[in-house]
Amino acid sequence: MQKQAIFRSKLLPYALVAPQLAIVLIFFYWPALQAVIQSFLLQDAFGLSTSFVWFDNYVELFRDPAYFETIVRTFFFSFAIAASSLSVALLLAVMADKPLRGGAVYRTLLIWPYAVAPPVVGVLWVFMLHPSLGVLTRYLRAAGIEWNPLLDGGQAATLVIIAAAWKQISYNFLFFLAGLAAIPKSVLEAAAIDGARPMRRFWTVTFPLLSPTIFFLLVINIVYAFFDTFGIIDTMTRGGPGKSTETLVYKVYNDGLIGGNLGSSAAQSVILMIMVIVLTGIQFRFVERKVTY
Amino acid sequence: MALRHFGAVAAFAVTVGMTASPALAVTEIQWWHAMTGANNDVIVKLANDFNASQSDYKVVPTYKGSYPDTMNAGIAAFRAGNAPHIMQVFEVGTATMMAATGAVKPVYKLMADAGEKFDPKAYLSAITGYYSTSKGEMLSFPFNSSSTVMWVNLDELKKVNAQIPKTWPEVFEVAKKLHDNGHPTCGFSNSWVTWVNLEQLSAWHNVPLASKANGLDGFDTKLEFNAPLQIRHLEKLVELQKDKTYDYAGRTNQGEGRFTSGECAIYLTSSAFFGNVKAQAKFNFTAAPMPYYPDVKGAPQNSIIGGASLWVMGGKSADEYKGVAKFLTFLSDTDRQVYIHKASGYLPITKAAYAKAKEEGFYKDQPYLETPLLELTNKEPTENSRGLRLGNMVQLRDVWSEEIEQALAGKKTAKQALDASVERGNTMLRQFEKTAVK
Repeated sequence: MQKQAIFRSKLLPYALVAPQLAIVLIFFYWPALQAVIQSFLLQDAFGLSTSFVWFDNYVELFRDPAYFETIVRTFFFSFAIAASSLSVALLLAVMADKPLRGGAVYRTLLIWPYAVAPPVVGVLWVFMLHPSLGVLTRYLRAAGIEWNPLLDGGQAATLVIIAAAWKQISYNFLFFLAGLAAIPKSVLEAAAIDGARPMRRFWTVTFPLLSPTIFFLLVINIVYAFFDTFGIIDTMTRGGPGKSTETLVYKVYNDGLIGGNLGSSAAQSVILMIMVIVLTGIQFRFVERKVTY
Repeated sequence: MALRHFGAVAAFAVTVGMTASPALAVTEIQWWHAMTGANNDVIVKLANDFNASQSDYKVVPTYKGSYPDTMNAGIAAFRAGNAPHIMQVFEVGTATMMAATGAVKPVYKLMADAGEKFDPKAYLSAITGYYSTSKGEMLSFPFNSSSTVMWVNLDELKKVNAQIPKTWPEVFEVAKKLHDNGHPTCGFSNSWVTWVNLEQLSAWHNVPLASKANGLDGFDTKLEFNAPLQIRHLEKLVELQKDKTYDYAGRTNQGEGRFTSGECAIYLTSSAFFGNVKAQAKFNFTAAPMPYYPDVKGAPQNSIIGGASLWVMGGKSADEYKGVAKFLTFLSDTDRQVYIHKASGYLPITKAAYAKAKEEGFYKDQPYLETPLLELTNKEPTENSRGLRLGNMVQLRDVWSEEIEQALAGKKTAKQALDASVERGNTMLRQFEKTAVK
């Protein structure tokens, strides 16, 4: 069977691609361009007075030491969220992949949390770990741990990371499970016959064969940690206490929508956009080399 | 009784209006608001009553989410050339609205243009002061107003043999007693940390929060609250936070449940908390005036308001403005103000309505509903207690909260935190000044 389609008319392929192209241009490039334009402007919330200020918005950002702290914090959050959700999900997937009685039930239950919206996740965890209303707080107190994420920045950060990672575990789990199912059993059996113990079999056979999945999930998780944790932060800590849970995306929202400072907010989103492009580039350039397809 | 009768007439009038003269165009007036639950019912009823009272205009209320959501929706709609006629904006959005010359139609102008009878002196000056220029021109129409009060769990106070504290030193003393006797996690606390501990504290003691009459006289204002009084107060909170005699309850009102659950026996927050307290508290309670430092000369002064006002948006036709003006006159009616006051727990905005509620004996059974009014009218407002008008107030509050949190967590001293709040706030005010339309 021939796989390649041959178009006799020169225009037809363009016509067929046009709708898709139009959507990409209107919904992705046009707003992105708007953000770039806006980042060079100084404008009040109502759009009544606008002045062109060149790179002032960027200069102001880079003059602010707090902005660098936010960048560092965001990378730390992303790393922590991706690392914890990936490792826990992998562990769960390996366990659930074993021939178990009722394995389907475990698998289904483990996938459920993904259906929960991020703000709901936030509220859920707040209820469990609220300094005075939380259910788990009582046990922590009983264990002698002074739990107060309203004032303790480290605890608030931990809380956000746990909630964000918890939500992503299901998604990762699903992909790992599929990845594990695709690993030929004969290879593992051969390794077992050669005398490799389970741990060794996992690290020398399963893990490398799973590397495309891990790489894919790493990219997805970093992007998730960068952008999708907004709802969780907003419902749990609103960036506080101090600035200890303010990430770049939350700052964009806070400065733009709450503060009405659209120029700075736009400049921040442009920087964020560049950051993610670079980050993804690095991942594909360097991490992908270690991936065996 | 009269109102119920009104409803019947309303329905009749609408039916007649619709059947008899279908050709006659009714001017629609869009009213965006942020009220939920019982307060939403009040809004719908007000609109229905107004629509029934005449046949030329129709007020259409639309719920647009929380206060910031409503404001953002209004701003977005304005940018798209589709703003509502009336927008409910919370008090901290006042400066943003005021700076938007051309986007809003000042109420005093609206009333004059429409030829509606309008006397700014009929309204409680403590409330209208917030929404007026220094010349006394009313820019927006006060709708729902509240103030900070001290909610007290009387049962718990009785257990430790304490009177309701009047001054801050008394509060600290009672809180210590409570803390040692059954309240290990909270002697006293508060919501809206900056509103209570900076903004109201300053006004109540007649000290400035910012220059230029707290920003009312111009946007080139500078913050000044890193002064001895505010530092002393924050130092005390930091000290008491250590053993949880005071316990921080978050930036907004998310900690209010700690009062109704009985965990905190003394709790400073908005008087609009009344509805929840009444519904949930299983103990005797009252709302006492905010405490003060007795050694500060002239304290207590008067408190400043919270809540929201109605802004009229710009760029509408004369006929539409006429309808809006009629509606504001309709809202100012004494009986209607008394109704809003009783149904929502928010304050009456006219002097006549306050007098009438008093005369009816409304405060005899519920004296705590008068507390915020007594605070607001305690003394003639001064430059420091008329109100605040600072740009980007929502974000300013976030910055101040951040610094206070650092102090309470022991990462900064009270003075360092307040100095940083002032410095960072001033930078934001300069930024706002740059974009404000002159």
